[in-house]
Amino acid sequence: MKFGVVRFPGSCDDVDALTAAERVGEAIMLWHAERELHGVDAVIVPGGFSYGDYLRAGAIARFAPVMEEVAEFAADGGLVLGICNGFQVLCEAGLLPGALLPNVSLRFVCRQVELQVVDAGSAFTAACEPGERLSIPVKHTTGRYYSPRPVRVLLRYAPGENPNGSQDDIAGVCNERGNVFGLMPHPEHAVDPLTGSTDGLKIFESMRAQLGDRVAV
Amino acid sequence: MATGSLSRHRALGLTDYEYARIGERLGREPNDVELAMLSLMWSEHCAYKHSRKLLRRLPTGGPRVVLGPGENAGAVDVGGGLAVAFKVESHNHPSAVEPFQGAATGVGGILRDVFAVGARPIAVLDSLRFGEAASSERSRYLLERVVAGIGHYGNSIGVPTVGGEVYFEGSYEHNCLVNAMCLGLAPRRRLIRSAATGPGNVLVLLGALTGRDGIGGASVLASAELGEGDEAKRPSVQIGDPFSEKKLMECCLELLDRELLVALQDLGAAGLTSSVAEMASKGGVGIDVDVSRVPPREAGMEPFEIMISESQERMLCVVAPERVGEVLAVCERWETLATAIGSVTDGGRLRVLDGSGVVGDLPVSVLVDDCPLYDLVAVRPSDPVYAPPPAVLTGRESPADVLLALLGAPNIASRRPVYEQYDSIVQSRTVRRPDDADAAVLVLPDGSAIAVSIDGNGRRVACDPRLGAAEAVYECAANLACVGAEPLGLTNCLNFGNPEKPHVAWQLVEAVEGIAEACEALGVPVVGGNVSLYNEAPSGPIFPTPVVGIVGWLPDAARAGRIGFVQEGDAVALVGPFAPSLSGSEVEKLRGRPPAGRLPSADASAVRDALEAVRSGVRTEALRSAHDIAEGGLAVAIAECCVAGGIGARVSAPAGVELFAEAPGRGFLVSGPEPALADFPIIGRVGGSELKIAGQLTLPVSSLREARARGLAELVQIRC
Repeated sequence: MKFGVVRFPGSCDDVDALTAAERVGEAIMLWHAERELHGVDAVIVPGGFSYGDYLRAGAIARFAPVMEEVAEFAADGGLVLGICNGFQVLCEAGLLPGALLPNVSLRFVCRQVELQVVDAGSAFTAACEPGERLSIPVKHTTGRYYSPRPVRVLLRYAPGENPNGSQDDIAGVCNERGNVFGLMPHPEHAVDPLTGSTDGLKIFESMRAQLGDRVAV
Repeated sequence: MATGSLSRHRALGLTDYEYARIGERLGREPNDVELAMLSLMWSEHCAYKHSRKLLRRLPTGGPRVVLGPGENAGAVDVGGGLAVAFKVESHNHPSAVEPFQGAATGVGGILRDVFAVGARPIAVLDSLRFGEAASSERSRYLLERVVAGIGHYGNSIGVPTVGGEVYFEGSYEHNCLVNAMCLGLAPRRRLIRSAATGPGNVLVLLGALTGRDGIGGASVLASAELGEGDEAKRPSVQIGDPFSEKKLMECCLELLDRELLVALQDLGAAGLTSSVAEMASKGGVGIDVDVSRVPPREAGMEPFEIMISESQERMLCVVAPERVGEVLAVCERWETLATAIGSVTDGGRLRVLDGSGVVGDLPVSVLVDDCPLYDLVAVRPSDPVYAPPPAVLTGRESPADVLLALLGAPNIASRRPVYEQYDSIVQSRTVRRPDDADAAVLVLPDGSAIAVSIDGNGRRVACDPRLGAAEAVYECAANLACVGAEPLGLTNCLNFGNPEKPHVAWQLVEAVEGIAEACEALGVPVVGGNVSLYNEAPSGPIFPTPVVGIVGWLPDAARAGRIGFVQEGDAVALVGPFAPSLSGSEVEKLRGRPPAGRLPSADASAVRDALEAVRSGVRTEALRSAHDIAEGGLAVAIAECCVAGGIGARVSAPAGVELFAEAPGRGFLVSGPEPALADFPIIGRVGGSELKIAGQLTLPVSSLREARARGLAELVQIRC
């Protein structure tokens, strides 16, 4: 299977996402200015500061040409993973419900946090046990999730671990159909025991397992 | 006319002597454009006129050195065909005037220095100094905004901030220090120099538009003392745009990967003037620049303004004429403006054109080489230079209370409230994060790693500039040894007061000598650095603050050392020629004593042996933890090992070692299975939930942790 990682000007964790995805499959970069997904089986919208994020995190990136293709891909049921800035972009694009607000501290926070798998039945968490704890870092200024309506939560910050004041300790949500997932923590920074934990790999492994059933190899 | 030009050059910071010398070299008076350029090139910041002679004392050669002083950044070979480029630079005065943008553009500037030599920036460290934050609201404001500015730039550009240091002392109240260090990684063959060559080649300006910001920054801010009315200098501080720099960086690295450039240079202090002059000087050529082709950010800019603008996020490259089209295409893909603004000539002259007319014409050598270099008049002060700090401790407290006070002191407490505001993990190389170990560790593609630390202790240098500066080198090397790394190269930033004052000149001369002696003793070459002088307010100079950053290498990233005690029952040993004294120590500061007294001497060969013993013990995993004994002495070091490991210890201080006395870089606290520590003096054992120091104190690890967590957090209040 092949992952595509969207690269906007200002993406910072694009190479990290690419190499993390390569641990479970193939991966290529997708260029923001091209309306072309090059036949990938899943799309990752990575972390960073797309277009500088001087306006509002993700507000410009949703208008990138490549995002039209990503929206169409998602509408066709394709798996789309948004990490941090990618989560913000997917919310701005309307592919996920809710919004990310500035942290309660109004500051950037970089910290290893404990997450709880709330829903292990999704395409993104199937490799986890229900209730399993994952150690994955966060790093953001605008990560306080808010939604006025109930949403499908896949991951929550474990009790006492919420780094940003997120509503109901929500760390990651998916759409109703279950094929678009956004989270503030960075699973691509938890794939190697040398640099931290390997708990993030489970997200990528879940996606591979899901697509392994579907994608002709 | 003569009086007019007199006041003109003085207003630009040149002395009458220097102005006369310019006239003599040119055989005429310079015009306005030329004088603006010369005043910057002959400023302290660009010409190092008070420090250049002194810096020749530093050892610069070594088998691993790939680029030495004089390039945008130094570089060392780290094996596997790779080189690490690195440099530290100050942005002190801009940060004192506007802390957020001053610090942000300090990071932006040092990043450009590193990618200017063709290396991808992979890490940033910062060395910060502020006034007493506990009593000074201004210092708390500066701390908050400087940290936010560093984070704003580094986080948004995707380069991790992996380490640093921050200290609070009254002498920095009016002159905070913001030194930023950057490391970059490159295939050795991609490293590029800044020498312009090949007459007929095209000069291409990359990046941001050129505006009026930062005009005269090098001479106005960086080369004079701060005083009243500094708000008026605010227009001299540049505004940072990390998004532009991110694109510019990716663009430059792609241009180099495609081998499209002859030379590359960043634009920093003194803008185009300095970059063009340096490129021409190094290549032994001349350059014509047409200011009418420089894309301006605002209308009506004068030629001199375009030549000296310090607008950020710009680079200058030299390109063969037939490759210009390809260069412009790469720049367009990265949405980075690129404009041919001149050409290389063979005449050794820097000519400024405004369309067809020549508005300035100077020999490159006058700009770069002819600034007078001054000898320092150095006199050891007979009276104390620095006032005693306010006393926090009476001297009658119990050892337990002193330890808790030290752990909670702003200079020692946990740095977590600061480092959590920085992305320390982007790029997926960070094997040891802040607080894990004494140095940051970054894994290389072959599984080996580089380690880096930045150190300096102005209070100790104030006690004894020579020994104090040498200690900074030893401590930095000690930090590397604790992760198992051997030092490869050093960069330094010399932050001092006004060198025209004899006692400051003495501090500077002695400190450079101390760094040189320590570097020679350890065999570490100095590959680059920066000098920041005139850090002086009406109340006096800052503590003399040489800051050193060392890059080291270790063979196996997975075996990098950690601070924290690990295993119940492990032995604890004290390694090294550790004969500490209270002079210049943190506990003396808390007791209200001024920085004075004799520092413990350093036996270089004993220091070398200790470094080697710790390094090899970490590499073979004979040691399960290693930590250097620095501020707060033995007691604080043990407490830090307990807190980091979440486990207690029971130790006895060796005879003659006072618990809180200091000798940075000469003592290590290591733990491991007892047989592995057979060569070292064992002072205790790991275990339990308390720290017990025989006959002195017993404290639960939880109270050590709480004291340490509180100290800085109380100063970095979260504002909602």
